[in-house]
Parts: sequence; C-alpha cells; structure tokens
Amino acid sequence: MHQPSHRNFRFMLWAGFAIAALLAGCQTTQTSDKAPVEERTPSTGATTPGAGTAGTTGSAVTGSATGTQGNPLRDPRNVLSKRSVYFDYDSYAVKDEFKPLIEAHAKYLQTTRTARMTIQGNADERGSREYNIALGQRRAETVKRMMLLYGATDTQIETVSFGKEKPKNPGHDEGAWAENRRDDVVYAGE
Amino acid sequence: MIRPPRFFATLVWVAALALALASTAPRAQLTIEIIGGGGTTVPIAIVPFAGEANYPYPLTGIIGADLARSGLFKLIDPAGVNPRPARAEDVRFGEWTARGADAVVVGSVTPQSDGRVEVRFFLLDAVKQTQLAGFSYVVAPSQFRPTAHKIADIIYEKLTGDAGVFSTRIAYIAKQGPRYELLVAEADGYNAQVIVTSNEPLLSPVWSPDGMRIAYVSLENKKPIIYVQSLATGQRQVLANFRGSNSAPAWAPDGSRLAVTLSRDGGSQLYLINADGSGVQRLMSSAAIDTEANFAPDGKSILFTSDRGGSPQIYRLTLGNGAVERMTFEGSYNVSPRHLPDGKGFVFVRRDGGRFNVAIEDFATRQVQVLTQGTIDESPSVAPNGKLILYASGNGGRGILAAVSSDGRVKQRLTAAASDVREPAWGPLPK
Repeated sequence: MHQPSHRNFRFMLWAGFAIAALLAGCQTTQTSDKAPVEERTPSTGATTPGAGTAGTTGSAVTGSATGTQGNPLRDPRNVLSKRSVYFDYDSYAVKDEFKPLIEAHAKYLQTTRTARMTIQGNADERGSREYNIALGQRRAETVKRMMLLYGATDTQIETVSFGKEKPKNPGHDEGAWAENRRDDVVYAGE
Repeated sequence: MIRPPRFFATLVWVAALALALASTAPRAQLTIEIIGGGGTTVPIAIVPFAGEANYPYPLTGIIGADLARSGLFKLIDPAGVNPRPARAEDVRFGEWTARGADAVVVGSVTPQSDGRVEVRFFLLDAVKQTQLAGFSYVVAPSQFRPTAHKIADIIYEKLTGDAGVFSTRIAYIAKQGPRYELLVAEADGYNAQVIVTSNEPLLSPVWSPDGMRIAYVSLENKKPIIYVQSLATGQRQVLANFRGSNSAPAWAPDGSRLAVTLSRDGGSQLYLINADGSGVQRLMSSAAIDTEANFAPDGKSILFTSDRGGSPQIYRLTLGNGAVERMTFEGSYNVSPRHLPDGKGFVFVRRDGGRFNVAIEDFATRQVQVLTQGTIDESPSVAPNGKLILYASGNGGRGILAAVSSDGRVKQRLTAAASDVREPAWGPLPK
C-alpha cells in the first residue's frame, strides 16, 4: 500500500532530475568554477577571479614566451617540446629512453635560470586514489632528482601529483594504463 | 521474547521509498537497493500512524524503508487489520503473531494549535506482549524525515542492540561530465545537497568528528590542496597548501587536528596539522611512501599505508612512543585502512589477482575476511555503529557506491542516475 512500483519510482526520479537540471544553477554553492586552460592572454593576474580560490601560492604565471617562434620549448623538432615520461606498473624507475629528454630539460633550466617548471606525476586507475597520489608524487620526484643531477636547481622545480584523477587516456586496458602512468613537464606560463 | 529471526538465503528487497521526490533534488541523488543478503531478519509490522495521511511525508513509509534497507528486518504487511491500532493499548497481539510479526509499531500524528505536530509511537514485542519503547515528539511538519529516521534508530537499537545510523549523513563525490561535485545526503540517499562544485577532481572527503565540517582534497589549482569547509556556513579554508602535494586528510577523534600527507620536505610523508592549518608537525621520517593515515577511536595510534617493506602494506604507528608495527602480511597490495568504531579492528582494500576488494581484519586474532566481490572496490568508510561499510565500486565503467555489512551478509547498491559516484564518507552519529 505504501510503496510505488520500482518503475514509477524511476520515473519520479527522472522527472526530479529534469527539474533539478533546470534549477541546478541556483542551488549549488559554487566555490570554484575555473576553466582550467583558458589563460593564454598575458594578463598579470594569474588566477581567474572566483570565490574560494584564496590562499593559493606557487605557480604564478610569469609573462614570458608568448609566441611559438624561436621558443625551443614549443619547437616540435626540439627535444624540449617532448614533455612526458612513462613508467611501468607500480614502478617509478626511469627508463633509459627518457633520459635524454630529462637531461635536455635540466640543461634548459640550468641555462635559463628564470625558468620554472612543475613536474606532474600520474598513475593508472588501479588501486587506492590516495596511494596513487603518493605514487605519482614519487614518479615526479624521481625525475626532479635526475634533473638536479643534470644541473637544474631545486627552486626551479615543483613536483605535484594528480594520482589517477586526470587520466590522459580514459580507457580501461593496458594500452590506456600505460599512457596514464606518466610524468608531464609543464613550464610556468604555459 | 522476540523469536530467533528467520534465515533468508537470497533476500532481494528493492527499497523503493514512498516519497514524492522534492524538485530540488540534485542529479547525483542516490537510490539504495538491497541486492543480496540474508542472515537473520526480525519480522516487524509497522502500522500506518493515525493521521499521517494528512501530510506529504508518510512517516511509516520512511521508517519501514530504513529498517528494510538495513537487511535485518522483514516488513509484515499490516493491511486488513481493522481498526488500525494507534496506541499501545489498542494492539491485539494475537492478530500480529498470526501474521508472523515479532514486533509491532503503532503511532499517531496530531496537529497542535501552533502549527506543529505531535508524533507518538510505540514499539511492542508481540510475542512477549510488552512495550519496548514509547516516545512522543512535537515537531514542525518539515521535520518529518528526521523524526522518522530517529524513530527507526530507536526501533533498530531496541531490536538489534546496536545504535541505529538512519539519522546520520553521508558525503560523496559525483562526476557528471567534466564537473565534480561534493555532496552531502541523508543516510538513505535523500536530500542530497551539493556543497562544492569544481571543474577539477575532488577526492578524499572526511567528516570532522562533530559533523560540522568536511575536509577534502581539490585539484582546482593544478595540485592537490586540502580544504576544510563548514557545512553550516559553506565557508572554506585552506588547511594545507605547501609546495608539492597535500592530501589524505584524517581527523583526530577530538577534532582539534588532522593527520595529512605532505610532500613539502620530499617524499609523501605523514604530518599533524591543527584544524585551522597552523602548527604543522612531522610524524615520522621514512624513505618510503607513508600515506592514508586513520586515527584509532582513542586517538592513541594511527593506521597508515606504506611501501617501506617493498609493497604497499598497512602499518600502525603508536603516537606515544613512535613504535611502528606492520598489520597486513598476506598479498602484495593492502591499502586504505579505516578503524572500526569500537577500535577492535579495521577495514581496508586488498588486491587479489587483478581485483581490489574490501576486507576486514581483527586486531586480536589478525584474522582477515574479504567482504566484497567487485572488480575495483575502494575507499571504504565505516558506519558509526560499525555494522555497515560504504565503499566505491567500479568495473571500468561508471562508479557506484555500495555497502556491505561487517559480517559480509547484507549488501546494498547505491546508484545515482547519470553520474559517476565515488569517495563515500559516512558522517558521525548526530549529537
């Protein structure tokens, strides 16, 4: 007597969702609604205004390298345009094939003392979210340590991790996972 | 006495709630169904309360759905009993034992002159022919859902001996397209409220012990930063934003500080930090990954995940003397420890072959029981009565939440239409 059928309930849910979708704008407490990439214009303020982004430190956008011409970091023929280092499952050992890339970026930092970069570590989707944050962090720190040996300085490189939260390939097979076990090198201002 | 409850090999009970959905329900609202279970159930008849039909929220529908969802009760249909009893003295026990009911709930809803409503209910043992509980509440009609949950908590506690958790809240993350939302809902999935929205991933929400704040990790500034947000005001504060990654917050039982994982000094290491972000203090120094701290209920020790032994395993740090002890030995991947509220054991995630499942370990015997059978089960969160474990389950596709009883017998599935849900966190018992 007191329970509608499952189908009715589903219908009510959908109807509710449809109305909710219309109202979505007014009911959410929007604390951050930043578009992640659209910051190409050389405005001095780095962060998009928006409630709740207070307290940010680090990675200030320094206005440099606006065009691609003559910029070795953007020249597809230059090894510096290569930004990703890939890893084996559950591993943070750097494979030999990536050493020239790491060395080239380290030398660039050594000769361009004002350059700053972030190494972003990533993991594949298997396993705990937080453990994968730590694993991605270690992958990033491993590459940073090599860069320090090649001549970069500590203050030039921040290492962070996205864990398994930002997969480059959304698939669920070994091919996708291999792409997602990765460090990305991102220079300040890019 | 309540008769020994009956055994149900495959209980399939769709807990459809008899509620018109409020039009403000977010898309990521959860619906809960029991997908399997068994063990023991108490047959209980819940008679519609006199006068409740005059209100949009049917109290007894909510109470019945709460109890049925727990997997520990079987609802006995009261239809046909005439007149319907509304007071303890009106109940003719023979009518109910004949239907197989061991317990009967009756009650009434009476309007007051000030617009509020008096809700009275009685819980009776039909076999022993005694009253087990009787309460009356004067509430605004808008408080019907919380009142129904409170009544269900009392019935649950009287008949099972454990605290009910129907009045608690849960938090979880929903991903809808590129958008991430942190939501808080009642334990039955209703009244989901979006408390944070972001275009970048959100993870690891944890409730403060008083239920007033939630700490979580956000990648909105292109790195993991820990925030603490007040549920009452919606205001948030940066808890930890140091160089490197800041993640895995865990509240101390007194709510004054948290354990967190920071990489500011190199490596992912454990630190304590005051709840206002001050007073950072390193807990340990290791060359390994140390993360996923979780305080014991007495605050004297911390379980955490570390790969110091070559593979990720769970360890216990005694805060008084700094002693560290390995807690898991079987398997090459044991992570995400969370204490049981009685402090006698913990749940965690173990990898076996290619599967990740939630398991439970007893501190005294070191015995491990695997509780779930999914492909990728993760992020377990224990109900404050220790009886249910909420976790995220995915099979490569859309994530859902699921719950399993700590004895592995009752299983629930919580789905949200059109969104990928994960990272559940069960809130504390209300004060």
